[in-house]
Amino acid sequence: MTALSDLTRPWAAMSYGFLDASAKREMRRKMLKAIAVPGCQMVYASREVPMARGWGTGGLQVTLTLVNPSSTVKVIDQGADDSVNAVSIRKFLSRVSGAKETWDTLEATIIQSRHRIPEELMREDQVLVLQVPNPEPLRPVEPNMSIAREMHADADYGRLWLILYEQMVRSGRIMQGASYPALVNGRHVMTPSPIPRWDVPKLHMARHLTFLSAGREKRIFAVPPFTSVQPLVFSDVPYRVEDHAELTCHRSGVTGYFMNEIPQEDGSSAYEVSDSNLGIKAIRTRDGEPVKIGETWYRKGAMQ
Amino acid sequence: MSAMAETLPLDAPRLMPATPILRMEGITRRFGNVVALKNVSATVYPGEVLGIVGESGSGKSTLLRLMNLEDSPDEGHYRLDIPDADGNLFDLDRYARRMLRARHIGIVYQNPHLGLLMRNSSSGNVAERLLIAGERRFAELRARAEDALSASEFPLERMDAPPIELSGGMQQRVQLAKAIALEPALLLLDEPTTGLDVSVQALVLDTLKRLQRDRAITMVLVSHDLGVIRTMADRVMVMRRGCVVEQGLADQIFQDPQHEYTQALVHAKL
Repeated sequence: MTALSDLTRPWAAMSYGFLDASAKREMRRKMLKAIAVPGCQMVYASREVPMARGWGTGGLQVTLTLVNPSSTVKVIDQGADDSVNAVSIRKFLSRVSGAKETWDTLEATIIQSRHRIPEELMREDQVLVLQVPNPEPLRPVEPNMSIAREMHADADYGRLWLILYEQMVRSGRIMQGASYPALVNGRHVMTPSPIPRWDVPKLHMARHLTFLSAGREKRIFAVPPFTSVQPLVFSDVPYRVEDHAELTCHRSGVTGYFMNEIPQEDGSSAYEVSDSNLGIKAIRTRDGEPVKIGETWYRKGAMQ
Repeated sequence: MSAMAETLPLDAPRLMPATPILRMEGITRRFGNVVALKNVSATVYPGEVLGIVGESGSGKSTLLRLMNLEDSPDEGHYRLDIPDADGNLFDLDRYARRMLRARHIGIVYQNPHLGLLMRNSSSGNVAERLLIAGERRFAELRARAEDALSASEFPLERMDAPPIELSGGMQQRVQLAKAIALEPALLLLDEPTTGLDVSVQALVLDTLKRLQRDRAITMVLVSHDLGVIRTMADRVMVMRRGCVVEQGLADQIFQDPQHEYTQALVHAKL
């Protein structure tokens, strides 16, 4: 009879992608569970990584588990590829895994992001990893996590709706700017990390897989491809994204995308496209370079 | 509201239907070595007010918590004659209990902090109950919150003020509006006027009587104040040390008490 040891390679110390094998195995299991129950938070151990909690350690652990030498990694921070945090994480990922780095959404196989989803449509073969500071949508209404978990189990989301009701009463409109609660697959309400309202519809029936991971809070959840993601809205008060349709980027000239507002000394505001790589591509195209800009979720400010 | 109800005075006697809406049998509840309720049975008929009186520690509030399905007894059966509530309700799981409570049972606590979100608007507190029941139209939420607050005689110009800014009497009205927003089959009142001054007590009781007359809501009223029970209740259950010592029509209990404890209670004066 063949011994089990004959079928396996001899044990050898192995370190690839910074995390040890047992940490990755746990991450993989929790990621699979998160995919199996879309929007449901799964607890994981959340290892130490060479970065302070709150700087994207949750996203980093997911990316380190997914990455391999054939991966191409893009990291964005509030839409920018060139922020200190984005550059540090991207370089770290590349150094420990041998993966290629890129700024281009179309080239990337793994996109780790803080607070934005790229404007160009993502494909089936891409994975989006969102860094999440607070994964619990019920935290503002129920600080006790045991009770919050029971509320999730019972789909008891009345108090989340109440937050929206109170905003309507006080301000005449929904004031929730980011982390807009959304119902995933008709069952669990998740906070889609502090992405703006503009980005939430991008998750609905998206072709790509999205992981949302909070390292400090030790929670991971996922939106599998082609899964319903519906922001909580009253049936007579439609969901509205930020009114950026008419804004034009003062550097790249693109119009109809999510913009950053830059206050000017004269009191006015200039606008700059938040997805910095899209802006760069637009400038290079204007300068005559052969650059491929992919299909975008929004066109002239309207969701396609 | 029927034409007959419009013409009836608030204290007019009512005829009770034959089938009870609430039936509890053989309820025993122990907390460690303490027997809080011992083989207690209770019956409530549609449209009536059952008053439960007794000294502190007699088991009144424990019984009310069981009626609200917040707790389970060690022994006993609980049935409600309403849709979606078959069999012993104590056999239901947490989710089923929550849904049943949300749709069919309203409760007003003695302490408004237990029943209200003090920093949300008053209308929001009422709307929360509707939201749990699945209402998702904002305009409808506003209209129904307004209707419930109006029925509990809450000044509508303050409907968006948070309860924390309101007086105790007003907070009880918000609780009442929240409790009746879905027109529950059963309204549980746990010492709703305790802690209020006498004039406000009278106003709250008047509102309760009006609601009871206009909407024929079945009520269970727990109080240690015999005056309140005498004003409100059709039937009275007297409890002592976890047992029911006497029950009967309110007039009978107050005019001709049989048990010596009830006699002492009725004749007790400061």
